[in-house]
Formats: sequence, C-alpha cells, structure tokens
Amino acid sequence: MFNGRFGNFGGQYIPETLMNEIHQLEKSYEFYKNDKDFNEELDKLLKEYAGRPSLLYYAEKMTKDLGGPKIYLKREDLNHTGSHKINNVLGQVLMAKKMGKTRIIAETGAGQHGVAAATAAALLDMECEVFMGKEDTERQALNVYRMELLGAKVHAVSSGTGTLKDAVNEAMREWTNRVSDTHYVLGSVMGPHPFPMIVRDFQSVISKEAREQILEYEGKLPAAVVACVGGGSNAMGMFYNFIEDKDVRLIGCEAAGLGVDTDKHAATIAKGREGIFHGMKSYFCQDSDGQIDQVYSISAGLDYPGIGPEHAYLHDIGRAEYVPVTDEEAVEAFEYLARMEGIICAIESAHAVAHVKKIAGSMSKDDSIIICLSGRGDKDVAAIARYRGVKIYE
Amino acid sequence: MSRIHTAFEKEKAFIAFITAGDPTMDKTEEFVYEMERAGADLIELGIPFSDPIAEGVVIQDANIRALEAGASLQKVFDLVERIRKNTQVPLVFLTYMNPVHNYGYEAFFEKCKAVGLDGIIIPDLPFEEKGEIRDVAKANGIDIISLIAPTSDERARTIARDASGFIYVVSSMGVTGVRSEIRTDLPSIIKTLKEETDVPCAVGFGINTTTQAHDIAQYSDGVIVGSAIVKIVAKYGAEAGPHIYEYVKEMKEATVS
Repeated sequence: MFNGRFGNFGGQYIPETLMNEIHQLEKSYEFYKNDKDFNEELDKLLKEYAGRPSLLYYAEKMTKDLGGPKIYLKREDLNHTGSHKINNVLGQVLMAKKMGKTRIIAETGAGQHGVAAATAAALLDMECEVFMGKEDTERQALNVYRMELLGAKVHAVSSGTGTLKDAVNEAMREWTNRVSDTHYVLGSVMGPHPFPMIVRDFQSVISKEAREQILEYEGKLPAAVVACVGGGSNAMGMFYNFIEDKDVRLIGCEAAGLGVDTDKHAATIAKGREGIFHGMKSYFCQDSDGQIDQVYSISAGLDYPGIGPEHAYLHDIGRAEYVPVTDEEAVEAFEYLARMEGIICAIESAHAVAHVKKIAGSMSKDDSIIICLSGRGDKDVAAIARYRGVKIYE
Repeated sequence: MSRIHTAFEKEKAFIAFITAGDPTMDKTEEFVYEMERAGADLIELGIPFSDPIAEGVVIQDANIRALEAGASLQKVFDLVERIRKNTQVPLVFLTYMNPVHNYGYEAFFEKCKAVGLDGIIIPDLPFEEKGEIRDVAKANGIDIISLIAPTSDERARTIARDASGFIYVVSSMGVTGVRSEIRTDLPSIIKTLKEETDVPCAVGFGINTTTQAHDIAQYSDGVIVGSAIVKIVAKYGAEAGPHIYEYVKEMKEATVS
C-alpha cells in the first residue's frame, strides 16, 4: 500500500483526534477505488450529471495568432458547476455516503470547490457546510449565494487574511470537532495522506481523457501540458497520465500576484521553502521564523501559501516546471481568450493561458500543447471589471 | 532525565499554559513566576504561530497579539534562558511543526537543551510522524509529550508505550477553549494508559472551573489549563499578573483537595 510519501514530501501531520478517521478513510478508499459498483456509480454520475468527457477544443484562432504549436483547450469549464472541482467532489461525496457519513464540510477559495461540494451534497442528500475566507466571500459574493441556494451553510472565516489558508484552518478545526458523522471534502491535492492521492486519482480523469483525445486528433502526444497551480488539483489531474511520457513537458503556472519580487504573490515554488503545514510536508511561502506568509493573488483559487506534495516532488526531481504569472498577465490573458476564442475562462485558468501566450512563439508548429481550462469565468467578471476600473451595476 | 517527573512527585499536578510574548516577553516571564508561586507544577509556553490549527479563538488571538508585539522563536528561547536562571520549574513548549522544521531539528533541540527546556508538545505531530524528531529530541534530553484524544481507541496503547515526560489526555473533541461540560469517558481512557505505562497522565482542553479540576484530579495525575489563563491575559494585559496568581492558586487548591 502507498505510504503517503512523494519522495520526502507528504505525510500525515495532523492532530491525534483525526488519526483514526484518516486511517479509516485510507482503508475505505483502498476498497472503493477497486470496487466495481462504486466505479460504475461514479462513472454514471461523471457522464450523465457532470457532463464528461469534457471537450478537447482546438483553439485555431489562438494558434494562428501566436504562430506556434497547435493549442488545445481541455474544457473543464464546461463541466456541471463550471470547473474541474466536480470530478473530485462527486468521488469523495459518493464515497463518504458509502462510509455512512451524513455531513460534509469543505474549504473554498474562489468558491468553485464550495459550489461543487454543495452541489454534490444536494444531489446525494448530505448536509453541507463550507468554510470560506471573509475576504473571498466579498470578492466572490455570487458564489456564496449559489452555495446557499444549493442548501449549504457558508461560514465566513475572518481569522488571518480571510482567504483560502484560513478557510482550510477552520475546516480542519471543525473536522476535529465533529468527525464521526462528517467527511472533510478537501478540494485540492494537499493536506494529509490520503487526500493528495485521492484528489489526484479523481482528477486524473482530465489527463486520461486528454491523452486519448490528443492521440486521436494529432496521432501523437503533445509537446507540453499547461495548468494553473494553487494547491494544484487541476494541474495534478492534467499532468498525471502524462508523467510517464517523458517527452511531454508538464508546466504549472503559479500566481505571482504583483510580482515575485514584491511581497504580494502566491508563488510557492518560486519563493517558498520546504515546511510542514496543513497536514503535509511540502513547499510553503513562509518567513525566516517559519511563520506562514499571508500570500496574495487576484485569483482567490490560487491565493494559497502552499502546494500539494506531489507537485513539490515533481519539481524536485525535475519532471515538472513551475512558472510564475502575474495578475496583470492573467487579466490580459482572460481578456485575450474572450476576444480570440469567445471563451470567458476563470481567472485561475487564465494564468495558464498567459504562460502559453509567452512560450508558444518559441515552440515548433509541428507540435501541440494542451491548456487545462480548469473553470469558467462568470464568477470573475465583476472582479476583472473592478481591476480595469470599469463600474458595473449588478 | 528531564525535570518533568518532579511535577508529579508530591501530589496531583497543576499544569498552566501561557502564550509566550503575549503581551510581551517580559510580562510572560513575570506571569511564569506568578504561576509557579501560586502552585503551578509545570509551565507550558506556547510558541506563537501564524496558523495554530488546534487552537480555539482565545489562543488564536493570543498568538496574533504575540506576533504583532514582535515575538520570535529566538525571543522565546531567550525567555526560557532567563526563566531558567531563576527557577527549576519544569518548562515545556507547545509549538506546531513548521517553526521547528524551519529552525532545523538538530539546532532546535540543541537550543532547547542549552536554555534548559524539558519537553515539547506538538499538536500536528502524531505518533506516525514522531520518528522525524524522536532521536534528536532524546539525544538532547527533551521529552516529546504524546497526546491522546477521545478518538484514539486502541492507538492509546501504542502511544502510551512510547511516551515520555507525561501524557497529555485531550478531554474533548475539537480545539482548545473553555467548555462547560466534558463528556468523554476519561477514567476508562486513563485506565487503559496505566495498563501500558508509568508515565503520568494529565488532562487538558476545556478545563476552566475548580469543580472540573477537582473532579479530573480524582482519576488522573494532573490538570492542564490554558485558554482560561490566556483569557485573563487578554482581559488585563500587562496588569494580568495578580489575577493569574489568584486564579492559578484556586485551581491548584481544587486539584489537590
């Protein structure tokens, strides 16, 4: 059985109160991942409810404009609830229900994971409470109401900077408070083992499909796959089935906020150091005394001071590359994709689009490149308008 | 052997927690002496951390106050060094893993030994990950205090067999903070622990009244109080000394009566 370590990273650094529960979760997952009934049920939900497989769309205008490799967009934004988060949530909530849980809790940054969790809870008759940083409830107010419409209770977390890190702190505290009937649906490839593995496995459907699709369309593998990275769940999903394909570059785009040379960024690989936090050993943005940094990004979903342990490992062994992308570059890419392809993507995903804009010109036209378009951008329209100084009345 | 055993030698122990650097390191030093004078047998010093995931609101706020007042790990070490010149009361840290990892395990535990610390409590270091620091802590004579939770079940035996210093029995689910009622079957948990080890068992989390302290002392080796003391610091700030003394004195009396 997998020991929960990716090289030196990962592990289970959590309070004793949660240890038996996390061991039980490990056991349950080992059972259900090979269980025929569970997988049939999950496949049915993914297909008929979430809308999988998601499209692999050839962005022809963008390709011509950039003059490089053929650019494909893996359209996770077209999933039900508008992002890749539903892949993991359906898997975890279905499993939690089979484990006899009646209540789920979740953290959320931009609100995409919270909305997905609230959706799955509504569908599968579970009680649902979502922890969201106060700052994020303000910049993503629409998603708060969306979760409430779905029957979830949303807690605005005001400790710390009131962002994703603080939401995770509070969700962990709540889990230690009430664990017997409650499953914590962690939304990214982070936290204590087995979460990084479970979330990766449920998200790996992205690269499983994309690999088959690109081979069908192009007859060969892409030169690179590119995804945005906060905790890193869509990136891990996008990378996973390409890890063994050594010629495929795996590129993760971190939020550089106002720039990695300022103190307003969330670029963990670029600026962080190894540490232990939120149940895992990985890279974290932290000060010289080991205090976790209060990070910043325009994108609530990437506004996190750590990164999943498998990413830390892929970085250390040189298998994946991680690059910083600033707010300004992401906003430009957000606008670019809207005008060029008629697709309004999430500001998180726009970080990946921005990096491809930078590198496409230097790559061969005979190759292809896949961008994971992890979510749709409806939630970000108001914030982008604010960023551009445009007044809109909702 | 560390000084921790001395806390449990005479009678039931009263263990007091305080966040270092709240409101200042000098005040923390004064509060430690007040607590010892009032009868505290062992003092837990919380190393302020940005994200204390096992703490309730009271101690979270104390962490923020301490950090805003300029607390750092170096200053906490300096504090222990000063305290140790004046008293032999057993001192343990409560810290999260990241500051320890960041300082470097060897350097951290050597420093602990040099300043005269006795033990360390790390809420986000469960038994499975203890190997990370077990040897280096032992080499420097620092006891790693094991935690037992209401959910530990059979794990309690394994943890007890590896315990040193004292065992911290967590009274309730959730995070630290005062509670009016404790529902866990603590006597049976402690009975299980006693079957495996002679290491003293003290109970903490939620305890704030003299009645609770007295009741818990009937079947355990000691009572741990944190949030209730930190609340006094929050209320009186730099003037908290006499109030802490009064509170600790009545709690210690209830513990041994």
